[in-house]
Amino acid sequence: MMNNNTAGQAAKSKSWLRRWLPVLITGLITLAALQLLPDAKSAFIRTTTSYALEMAVILPAVLILMGLLTVFISRDFIARHLGSDSGVRGMAISFLLGTLPTGPLYMAFPLAGTLKAKGARSANIAIFLSAWACIKLPQELVEARFLGPRFMVLRLVFTVILVVIIGLIIEKAGKKG
Amino acid sequence: MNITAVAVNVLASAALIFAFTRSREKSIKALAAAGKMFISLLPMLIIIILLIGLLFVLVPQETLERFLGEQAGIFGVLSAAIVGSILHIPALLSFPLAASLLEKGASVTVVAAFLTTLTMIGMVTLPLEIKELGKKFALMRNGLSFIAAIIIALLLGALI
Repeated sequence: MMNNNTAGQAAKSKSWLRRWLPVLITGLITLAALQLLPDAKSAFIRTTTSYALEMAVILPAVLILMGLLTVFISRDFIARHLGSDSGVRGMAISFLLGTLPTGPLYMAFPLAGTLKAKGARSANIAIFLSAWACIKLPQELVEARFLGPRFMVLRLVFTVILVVIIGLIIEKAGKKG
Repeated sequence: MNITAVAVNVLASAALIFAFTRSREKSIKALAAAGKMFISLLPMLIIIILLIGLLFVLVPQETLERFLGEQAGIFGVLSAAIVGSILHIPALLSFPLAASLLEKGASVTVVAAFLTTLTMIGMVTLPLEIKELGKKFALMRNGLSFIAAIIIALLLGALI
């Protein structure tokens, strides 16, 4: 008899396999490559350890920051403040709310859909979505660590400007069509 | 340990202590959420680190420079942007990968194009975006984001 519990377990072990099988395959390819190139072993170990250490130093702290923001800033809070204002203030609010790490992108779409139904400006919806997709405050710290503060700040500034421009273009096109 | 790593850890510790004074229950939930995120990132993290190692020992510097360096020109930038649009790597893990590409001789423009399309454009999430916001909106947002990513990449390449 297949009850719910074993079905759940089967699904769980299946997704477990789907997550870890690529790791296994990459691991085997790596082992094979290092067998064929024994000279490369020390360079491989040096590189992987240095990157693994850098991640170990920064990742837990970044994840804790994201966890705190996710739990302490509720989705209701975002839904309440989003789209309540038009003009530059509304854009700034949409943008800032989008940068808070409150979940993956697929969670932002239903929220944006509700907003659209409520009659929010489409520029603000686009700005909110783009900010949610590509600007997450704790992630900027990781970018600064690996690619340098200059790279991070410049990319952030240009992204902000272009996200706003994209929002305005979409809104204009929407009014015409 | 560099200053950014120290700053992130200090910031996270301070935020955590403050959170505990506000609500113990919520703080524990936040830590659990962080742990869950870590577990879901772990397989990809291992793959990325192995790939970085393989990149260093298998791909000769000249080959990488030819396809992703300054001499690859706009072709290199466009292919990086297309690969970034298709791939689905969590942004957090894309930064070490991008750093290793830079270290191996990829140009700033190429790396910036890859990183920007990676986050801004979601092929995987496109059907959901269309469903919630309409075809026109979703296609325009993703299409314009691709152009924006190229512009951002070119500006970054010129300035760094």
